[in-house]
Amino acid sequence: MTDLAAPLPGLAPAPNTRNKARAGRRGQGTLAMLWRKAGWLMRLYIGLFVLILLVALFAPLLAPYDPNAQTLLARLRPPVGFDRAMPAHPLGTDQLGRDMLSRTLYGLQLTMLIALLGSLISMLLGTALGVIAGYVRGPLGALIMALVDIQIAVPFTLIALLVIAIFGNSLPVLITVIGVAGWEAYARVVRAQVLTVSRMPFVEATIAAGATHSRILFRHILPNIVSPIIVMWTMTFSALILLESSMSFLGLGVQPPTATLGSMVGLGRDYLASSPWIAVVPSLAIMFVSLLVLLIGDWLRDALDVKLK
Amino acid sequence: MSNTAILDVDSLKVVFETDNGPVVAVDGLSFEIRSGECVAVVGESGSGKSVTAMSILGLGKYSGGRIAEGAIRFRRKDAKVVDLAAADEGVLRTIRGNEIAMVFQEPMTSLNPVFTVGEQIAEVIRLHQKADAAEAARQAVELLKRVRIPEPERRFTQYPHELSGGMRQRVVIAIALACSPRLLIADEPTTALDVTIQAQILELVRSLAAEGDMAVLFITHDMGVVAEMADRVVVMRHGKKVEEAATRELFAQPREAYTRQLLAAVPRLGSMQGASRPARFGEALTHDAPPTHRPLLEVKHLVTRFPVKKGVLQRHVANVHAVDDVSFAIGAGETLALVGESGCGKSTTGRSVLRLVEPKSGSVTLEGDELTRLSGDALRKKRRDMQIIFQDPYAALDPRLTAFEQVAEPLVIHGVEAGSALRDRVVGLIRRVGLSDEQLERYPHEFSGGQRQRLCIARALTLSPKLIVADEPVSALDVSIQAQVVNLMIELQQELGLSYLFISHDMAVVERVSHRVAVMHMGRIVEMGPRNAVFGDPRHPYTRTLLAAVPNPDPTASRRPLPPAGLLPSPIYPVGHDPAPPRYDEVGANHFVLAA
Repeated sequence: MTDLAAPLPGLAPAPNTRNKARAGRRGQGTLAMLWRKAGWLMRLYIGLFVLILLVALFAPLLAPYDPNAQTLLARLRPPVGFDRAMPAHPLGTDQLGRDMLSRTLYGLQLTMLIALLGSLISMLLGTALGVIAGYVRGPLGALIMALVDIQIAVPFTLIALLVIAIFGNSLPVLITVIGVAGWEAYARVVRAQVLTVSRMPFVEATIAAGATHSRILFRHILPNIVSPIIVMWTMTFSALILLESSMSFLGLGVQPPTATLGSMVGLGRDYLASSPWIAVVPSLAIMFVSLLVLLIGDWLRDALDVKLK
Repeated sequence: MSNTAILDVDSLKVVFETDNGPVVAVDGLSFEIRSGECVAVVGESGSGKSVTAMSILGLGKYSGGRIAEGAIRFRRKDAKVVDLAAADEGVLRTIRGNEIAMVFQEPMTSLNPVFTVGEQIAEVIRLHQKADAAEAARQAVELLKRVRIPEPERRFTQYPHELSGGMRQRVVIAIALACSPRLLIADEPTTALDVTIQAQILELVRSLAAEGDMAVLFITHDMGVVAEMADRVVVMRHGKKVEEAATRELFAQPREAYTRQLLAAVPRLGSMQGASRPARFGEALTHDAPPTHRPLLEVKHLVTRFPVKKGVLQRHVANVHAVDDVSFAIGAGETLALVGESGCGKSTTGRSVLRLVEPKSGSVTLEGDELTRLSGDALRKKRRDMQIIFQDPYAALDPRLTAFEQVAEPLVIHGVEAGSALRDRVVGLIRRVGLSDEQLERYPHEFSGGQRQRLCIARALTLSPKLIVADEPVSALDVSIQAQVVNLMIELQQELGLSYLFISHDMAVVERVSHRVAVMHMGRIVEMGPRNAVFGDPRHPYTRTLLAAVPNPDPTASRRPLPPAGLLPSPIYPVGHDPAPPRYDEVGANHFVLAA
């Protein structure tokens, strides 16, 4: 009888360093691997997205004016290329004579902050609760799913009003409210995925091999449900930008005169017929960011799928 | 095209456009079907047999296949010959379902779940025969009678989910027959069915073809089915025809090496007569005294039930008695085969032994240690001694781990080895199951089905277990691969002294691998004994039915009479129902039969 546990004869022991090298390559290699896989078009998208993040980050340095400084003599000027345009305000000015370019840059900064943090909160919260509901099941899982149903049934604006009435209107509160708004979609998707994957034979084989729950979850189940989470994230990201604008519109969002892309669209509504650029410029910025996120997310889902390597 | 031929496939070439360039699925295939004849196209997965069937009906293009060359000449009812490869969609529509009908593999998905069975049959009749609703309904009931469905009037108003798999396949056949087609294409019609149901469906197709003077094109991978059904056989491989011959001739004197190989790999029931221990395919049988085994696993009065819940409040209304008072023992180095049809509780038994599902009561001891009372860390440690191999090697491997990581996972979990020792051991195992070092860093989808099953076996072996529960380990594999995996399992047993609980529905494979056999039906073991005793002298009527239903890959053999088609009893009982414990009669040495 051969014992497979013993190293097989005739097999030179592999050098010790090899495993470490492998592990090391894996840890820092994911981003490099993704960049290698990206085609030139995708690299362009990623580059543009990074550019937007940088622009948002350094908005105070890039903006030519104070975004809230009013120049009433230069009200309602169109962007460069139209009649009455002023070269000093390349994207025009709004009804109070504030520079559209500066406002868009500052708005971009705040909007990206809200959307990134907000979508991160919903992703983490929703995924965690979805995993619990799908993996632990039982009364706790039922309770989480009941919360999901409640969140869907109760109008979100009502909750938002209540929270803001209690805690006051500040940026952290706003981000938390927006983040919490999206968790239930994640929870439902993640729960369904966890239910499916945790009944797959390969998970059973891991249980049969004696794995602990945390190993089963983090090594086997979560990596297999990354794709839907990424897709959800790209969709909620743009939805959150719009949610922020509708909240600003209701007066629940960032308070004027502070600019966000959403509130700028809201303010531009009254001048849509006479001075459309006030709404169009921030709208284009929203569209541009959302589109980039969707494109990159779509690609990321495929790039992370080992089956399509 | 000869005068009697109704279908003439002439140097057919079907090409699929993929991202990696065109793939030729069928390459220069030619064969003829004469009226009233049954031609079987056999081949392993990827041989192009299903693509051929789809192309005949002009359905290939819906899955991306394009007929690049060749002709498919079909003689219509009015004796006009059309080329189906070049015919336009309008002509094809008048032929499909009307003159050529098709039966697919999966009876669940080929019926529409939201219409009753009767509506679906009647629809075809109204569509093609311009009959009114009442007339169509009358004909539909008539058809249900023809496919031997009991109580056809009641079935007419039922939905597909209310019927069993075998009944659904009968309905699919009834729909196919609705317009008395001249050619019936059956694409693996019985592969998804239990062996007793398969035997009934094959019998049905055979008699219907004889009654209606209908030609049958039978697509299958199963040589036993071929021997029972076909007049002529076309063997396909890699899209090309390997050999074509009359069935008897092909089984008696295969001309091509591939055909011989295919036939040699087919497990034949009865081929192990008198042998005392399992034998690999192609190995000489031993006839010495059966070996004795030191007891390893003992299962006593195992009961596993699943609750049936109903209504908004999820009231617990009934129990599925999946495993009902099952007792058996396995010795070290012994294989006990657990056989039975789907839903008999054989998989649940295996899972209960491993505590992948929690048994309700009973005892499972491995080398004297009680497993049912273990929990937490103690249970995780004990799991090292028992591993599992699954039926579907596609789902049994984590798609996100490389081959190396899959096999190493159990070792990492238990922290047994690390670094180069771990690597050596995994590499050693991967080589032992017949894979090579270059494949270590590949992901599961880059392996074929057989290779994946080898990986699963390697993973099960990493912790040097004493017992492996093999749940239909070869059922999803092609027959030649099946033989290789069975051989590997037998070799490993001899080398390592492993014990197997071999769960299977395939009597012929079971005969190969097992020392002892237990037959399960409705959650109970109805017969258990040494392999020779159970196969040579089956005592329980259910065992006899199972054995009689196995298709015999010998076209000259006389067909065994089949038991009548009955409805399957269901193992669902109201809460609180406790069946009387089973009593067994010992009819021979270690040969037990459930007392009536």
